Amino acid sequence: MSLKDKLNELHERGLTEIKKSGDLKDVNQVRVSLLGKKGPITEVLRGMRDLDAEERPKVGAFANEIRDDLTAALAKRREELENAVLNSKLANEAIDVTLPGTPVAKGEPHVIQQIIDQIEDLFLGMGYQVLSGPEVEEDKYNFEMMNLPKNHPARDMQDTFYITKEILMRTQTSPMQARTLETHDFSKGPLKMISPGVVYRRDTDDPTHSHQFHQVEGLVIDKHITMADLKGTLQVLAHELFGDKFDVRLRPSYFPFTEPSVEADITCFNCGGKGCKVCKNTGWIEVLGAGMVHPNVLKMAGVDADVYGGFAFGVGPDRFAMLKYGVDDIRNFYLNDVRFLNQFTKKG
Amino acid sequence: MKISYNWIKEYLDLNVKPADLAEKIERTSVEVDDVVKPSDGLKKIVVGHVLSIEAHPDSDHLHICQVDVGEDAPLQIVCGAPNIAEGQMVIVALPGSRIANNVKIKKSKMRGVSSAGMICSLQEIGFPEAVVPKEYADGIYVLPADAKPGDDVYDYLGMNDSLIDLDVTPNRGDMLSLYGTLHDLSAIYDLPVKFDQPAVKEAGEPIADQLSIHVDESLAPQYKMRLVKQVKLAPSPMWLQIRLWNAGYRPINNVVDITNYIMLKYGQPLHAFDYDKFAGEDVYVRNAKAGEKLTTLDEGEHDLDVNDIVIADDKAPIALAGVMGGLDTAIADGTTTVAIEAAVFEHDHIRKAAQRHNLHTDASQRFERGVNRTGLQDALDAAAQMMDELAGGTVQTGTVVAADNVPAPAVIDITMSRVNAVLGTDLDQAKVTHILETLGCDVTADGEKLTVTVPVRRNDIHIPADLLEEIARIYGYDELPATLPTGRMTMGELTTSQKLMRATRHSLEGLGLNQAISYALTTEDKAKMFLMQPSEVTKLAWPMSVDHAVLRMNVITGLLDDIAYNSARKVKDVALYEQGRVFYREDGTDRPSEQEHIAGAITGTLLPTAWDAPAQPVDFYQVKGIVAAYLKDMAVNGDVTYVANPDMPEMHPGRTADILVHGHRIGFMGQIHPTIAKKFKIGATYVFELNLQAIIDMPKQENQYDVISRYPAITRDVAMLVDNDVTNDQIVELIEKRGGAFLQSVKLFDVYDGVKVPKGKKSLAYTLTFQDKHETLVDDVVTQAFEKVEKRLQDDLGAEIR
Repeated sequence: MSLKDKLNELHERGLTEIKKSGDLKDVNQVRVSLLGKKGPITEVLRGMRDLDAEERPKVGAFANEIRDDLTAALAKRREELENAVLNSKLANEAIDVTLPGTPVAKGEPHVIQQIIDQIEDLFLGMGYQVLSGPEVEEDKYNFEMMNLPKNHPARDMQDTFYITKEILMRTQTSPMQARTLETHDFSKGPLKMISPGVVYRRDTDDPTHSHQFHQVEGLVIDKHITMADLKGTLQVLAHELFGDKFDVRLRPSYFPFTEPSVEADITCFNCGGKGCKVCKNTGWIEVLGAGMVHPNVLKMAGVDADVYGGFAFGVGPDRFAMLKYGVDDIRNFYLNDVRFLNQFTKKG
Repeated sequence: MKISYNWIKEYLDLNVKPADLAEKIERTSVEVDDVVKPSDGLKKIVVGHVLSIEAHPDSDHLHICQVDVGEDAPLQIVCGAPNIAEGQMVIVALPGSRIANNVKIKKSKMRGVSSAGMICSLQEIGFPEAVVPKEYADGIYVLPADAKPGDDVYDYLGMNDSLIDLDVTPNRGDMLSLYGTLHDLSAIYDLPVKFDQPAVKEAGEPIADQLSIHVDESLAPQYKMRLVKQVKLAPSPMWLQIRLWNAGYRPINNVVDITNYIMLKYGQPLHAFDYDKFAGEDVYVRNAKAGEKLTTLDEGEHDLDVNDIVIADDKAPIALAGVMGGLDTAIADGTTTVAIEAAVFEHDHIRKAAQRHNLHTDASQRFERGVNRTGLQDALDAAAQMMDELAGGTVQTGTVVAADNVPAPAVIDITMSRVNAVLGTDLDQAKVTHILETLGCDVTADGEKLTVTVPVRRNDIHIPADLLEEIARIYGYDELPATLPTGRMTMGELTTSQKLMRATRHSLEGLGLNQAISYALTTEDKAKMFLMQPSEVTKLAWPMSVDHAVLRMNVITGLLDDIAYNSARKVKDVALYEQGRVFYREDGTDRPSEQEHIAGAITGTLLPTAWDAPAQPVDFYQVKGIVAAYLKDMAVNGDVTYVANPDMPEMHPGRTADILVHGHRIGFMGQIHPTIAKKFKIGATYVFELNLQAIIDMPKQENQYDVISRYPAITRDVAMLVDNDVTNDQIVELIEKRGGAFLQSVKLFDVYDGVKVPKGKKSLAYTLTFQDKHETLVDDVVTQAFEKVEKRLQDDLGAEIR
């Protein structure tokens, strides 16, 4: 048998043994037995001495080729076996992916806060400042400078928590408007502000009344502000809070601090304007009061009402939240039942 | 005010459905509460003629009636009403009918006698108790004799009318009448009003010989009376009763009904006195005198105040002016001579009198808002004439006019450019002029300037802005364009403190706390707890309830209330924070100062218990972790230290720490005292409260890049036994001080004070990390530094290195 035939036979036998090897130990044994120093290939190579000089390099090259092929086959078999081991190990590690995830500590902003933040962000984007005044106010700023002199019949509309005759819990956030109007320098630009905050009314708490609630009031004063600007601004607000599908309509109303005064309704979110129980079949829901700032308010704050004018509006985040989410009891906002707070977790 | 659709149609050629009219009013004029057609929801309710009645054999009050309802055979109906009688025309709910509140009437048996339907009272077919004539209040209603059996009853009772309930704003007193409403609708629909003013037929003696009136004109700028003699009191005709009950008034008798009717029609409250009950022929309009008393029509007794306006005769007050008449001079059986008063009283006095005596009447409401100052005589004449026609009275000649100060109409200049500049419209002068004229204004133009004379009855219009409102609403708010303000740009940006407050909220939410908003008004007891600085309490003058009577001086108690609320509902794991103000007041001042605070409270477990996470009850170190992480987020520039404070009465003496920044106390944290927890009925609760304003005001560290060392760090652990009173702070401070230049961090990794250590001792273990930013550290250097630390721990703190 020629060396070449021997090598071929070794190659065949080696490949068969590699294929038959069942684990990594087998593979190692095959490697030692085939390619080891005492193995058959080495032996064959040793027999090359007897070849003539012409044959020797050819056989040598062939032998190397076979050794390389067997080495590669061994490596491949090793990898196959390793993979099999790993796969079986991983298969054993399978878990129930439907078990709940480990809880993480996570808090949520209060639903009223979410609405206030949303309103603030909208108006910040339109160049408004956010100003929040004192919650304990003077009668002067809360009422008188809002064109509600003492004995004004409209004061009966708001029952007030007085601390003394002149000091009270603010019933609206508009006193901050009066304070800002007094100090604003119109030569530096228009006044565009919103004042969010807590307000207080002397009410008995029930599902629709709360002695504490929130308001965001807005005020824009410049030389050329129109009622159409008010309407457009309220439309933007309604779209931001409720969605583009919502229309705004204005109705005449009365507030001492605005003239003309309007109330704004939006399309009923429950029926889309068709008429239902929620909107008392009108298709509309009252959401806020607004108007063009009464000249007396400007005059009392020292602003020239012949040159400057503008609009004001007041919205109730509590009412918005009740409407938007169908909350049926305003007290939910102040009792802080965790099961309630955790219902408003949607971000963005 | 409920206004009748049919009544409006008598004077205005309207071609709209009631619902559309109501919608239009709401969109253009005043709010509409609802529109009700009284017959809606009723079915098969007809006129019945009671042919005969006999007593029910098994009852002492039921009657068996044979009733003709226009069918071939009469129906047998059992009726329990005390006033049922043969020959009456009555309201019959037929079998299968529906009466008020959606009640269905079926054939039935009453004590063994079959009854085919029901004879009804007005209440049973939906009339409010308050409008049912007294004589029918406790029984069935008897229809006029000419009613036709079998006819639906609705038209006989005015129930097919639609009633529009107006919610009139305080400025629109003029809308509290048919007259005012008609004029507004006239402008809205651009239609003329056909208002009938009857001529009054005077026949009797000159009134001046029979009555003289003395008026304080500062109290009653207008005051008039007419006298009608020989009146015969009787029920009003059906049409008048219908008008009244549909407006929410109970028909009483013709004279009283006429005064109410005229008030509804003209808006002018009238009062009818029984002239024969006056003491003398003189009537005075004056302030009440101290000690005077008056019993009003409703039989209420009033101690009069010297600020009340009264009508008085020579002896005593006979009416609380503008509010309610007196019982003694009221129209009653036997009245034959009626003095009708039409007046205007000073509104502020009326408002206060109504409040003082808790008598808010339809008259006082109208006087408070202002009546039509040009309409007194018309109202008075119409009333007198009706008393002639409906009560057979003789109107005495003339009117006593004791005061008649009619204000001049408001004259307002406005320019077209102003109109369009404020409304954002492009209206032309003709359109604006037309709108104002339909409202009853006189308009003269001078170029683009309009001079507008406003009718006196519109006492809410004084300044150009008032006219703008009129123009805008009649033109239609829907027609206004929608734009956004233009003009000079402004920056919209939160202030530093607003940003920090937002960051505070986001930080604490990220740390697992839900935002709470609690009540700022609380009890005095709670207001005074957890005080961070001395303060007087601030109390409400007239609180609504004791629970909300005092301004809070801490935020924590509100959170504890929240936890109690949750706990009572079996929600045991609660983690809340609140950002809000506390109110500190100095002695001698009325107004408290307001300070922003941030507080948190945790109870139960911070993380929900889960299958792979055992419950870990909240403890001091959790709340401390939250506070520390929050303060790190706020990047206050200064050392934050925590110092045990055993002295806060509401806090656990051994588990409370003050929170200091640079040695300045900004708050506290720890476990609330068990007695406080018990008071609030809650479990172990850990809290913190910080002066947020102080944090806002503190200098902050800016974010800064620090090179991350490329060289390996070397760590060394040290475990030691120390006396129990040696604190972690002491140890860390010492290690940091003595650890050398390369000590990067000291981290506590074990605390043990169990049975394996001697009593009075505890075991603490720390990992020290050393690193050089510029080269690889040599082991020897670290060893040297570490040994030095160990030595100082032994020497300075008596530590036993283990």
